[in-house]
Amino acid sequence: MYTAEVMDHFRNPRNVGNMENADGVGQVGNPKCGDIMKIYLKIKDEIIEDVKFETFGCGSAIASSSMATELIKGKSIHEAVTMTNKAVIEALGGLPPVKVHCSVLAEQAVKSALYDYAQKSNKVIKGLENYKPEDDEVHCH
Amino acid sequence: MSRKLYLDNAATTRVGKEVIDEMSKYFDEFYGNPSSQLYELGRRSKEAIERARRTVADFINANEKEIYFTASGTESDNWAIKGVAFANLNKGKNHIITTKIEHQAVIHTCEYLEKFGIETTYLDVDKYGLIDLEQLKEAIKAETMLISIMFANNEIGTIQPIEEIGKIARDNKILFHVDGVQALGSVKIDVEKQNIDLLSMSAHKIGGPKGIGGLYIRRGTRIDNLVHGGAQERGKRAGTEGVQNIVGFGKAVEIVKENFDSNIERITTLRDRLIEGIKNNIPDVVLNGHPTKRLANNVNFSYKYIEGESILLLLDMEGISASSGSACTSGSLDPSHVLLATGMDHGTAHGSIRFTISEETTEEDIDYTVETIKRIVDKLRAMSPIKNDEDLKKS
Repeated sequence: MYTAEVMDHFRNPRNVGNMENADGVGQVGNPKCGDIMKIYLKIKDEIIEDVKFETFGCGSAIASSSMATELIKGKSIHEAVTMTNKAVIEALGGLPPVKVHCSVLAEQAVKSALYDYAQKSNKVIKGLENYKPEDDEVHCH
Repeated sequence: MSRKLYLDNAATTRVGKEVIDEMSKYFDEFYGNPSSQLYELGRRSKEAIERARRTVADFINANEKEIYFTASGTESDNWAIKGVAFANLNKGKNHIITTKIEHQAVIHTCEYLEKFGIETTYLDVDKYGLIDLEQLKEAIKAETMLISIMFANNEIGTIQPIEEIGKIARDNKILFHVDGVQALGSVKIDVEKQNIDLLSMSAHKIGGPKGIGGLYIRRGTRIDNLVHGGAQERGKRAGTEGVQNIVGFGKAVEIVKENFDSNIERITTLRDRLIEGIKNNIPDVVLNGHPTKRLANNVNFSYKYIEGESILLLLDMEGISASSGSACTSGSLDPSHVLLATGMDHGTAHGSIRFTISEETTEEDIDYTVETIKRIVDKLRAMSPIKNDEDLKKS
């Protein structure tokens, strides 16, 4: 059902845990749908020096979070904001169709953490001008 | 992988050697069509079917003429409900009563019947999964033709007060169908004592082969056929009989019957060891289903703040097969309709895991399972952004 890459990231997730004094924190998803992702960013000179994640969810949700943190670690915030869910899927060697929403959630979690950083530090990140943190209404994918 | 531990016996069971041996003769030795009565080979097949029918009938205190073989428990549910509904169509009887925790085979059949103007009332259950007999009585109308309630729930194992329900149905002259697929072999079923008019059964849940079910139909019950064609099953269920499967069903029942009480007692003890082990070693768990009115082999807990599919994947890596009520494992968006009906919140329902043991399970297996699930829950909780009920409410 899952690729070897998904299973590897599920079994040995990278960058798992929380972070004190994070520069940006984003949480997306909700328990009703069965997945919640939280991403913490440590940013210096617009570079993502460190990233951590915590995820409540299925195997592919955990693997997607883990892969997303790998994809943005060491990148500039301007690069990180362009990371798409497709990039996560590709890096994982594919996801079953019913699990594609996990990669969407990972992209949203990264954007949400970057948005939080931009708000706190009064920075403008191109690509986030129209970003709105999730509204309260619940839409399960 | 050091160990293989199959704890999903409510999904299906291993077919024992005795059953396979008995079945195998009916592939290449006694392969005659049971409808071919003019030669020995055909008669041998017919006799084998009738022997199995008597065994199954005896097991539920029915007459052999009241047992019909089908292809599955699902077909039996479909036949019982559609058959009674269609026999009553245009007779002013267009109402069915069932529950919110039935198997899809019952719920989706009732939904389909809406097309024909048949209404269904879905009874609530309490937090243990038990129906309220008063609500049942209130739901009965002049138009009610059928009450369909499962003996025991496949997910949470809760056993309904079938005898009392049967009495209410009888007093109101309403037919009573029981989905007995999970209960057969685990609970004593007596169609006379329990006032059951129709009972669905399945072989593969009790050590028999897949692809064979049965429906008990009380003599005199007005019911239409579901499968039309030849004269098999006394003209009520067409299609050449799966002789080897029927033989396997009969043999499986025969084996379950031997040492029934002592087996159930032993499995219940193991079940309670697993329940206590999990309760005492893992914080923030909820036992799903009733503490005592539950199937002897069923242990279903929700592990708060984590999700069921992740648990199953990690259990599989440790060699343990189990199942979950999480949406992620069902292909649907919502977690188990059964857990939601018990009033559980979505977040907690997503973290449910069902272990169903068998007579092959040992004490050592149980202790290994407790130790393994504890390790897995700790690992996943360390990864989860949800640490307590307050986090759950906030998100």
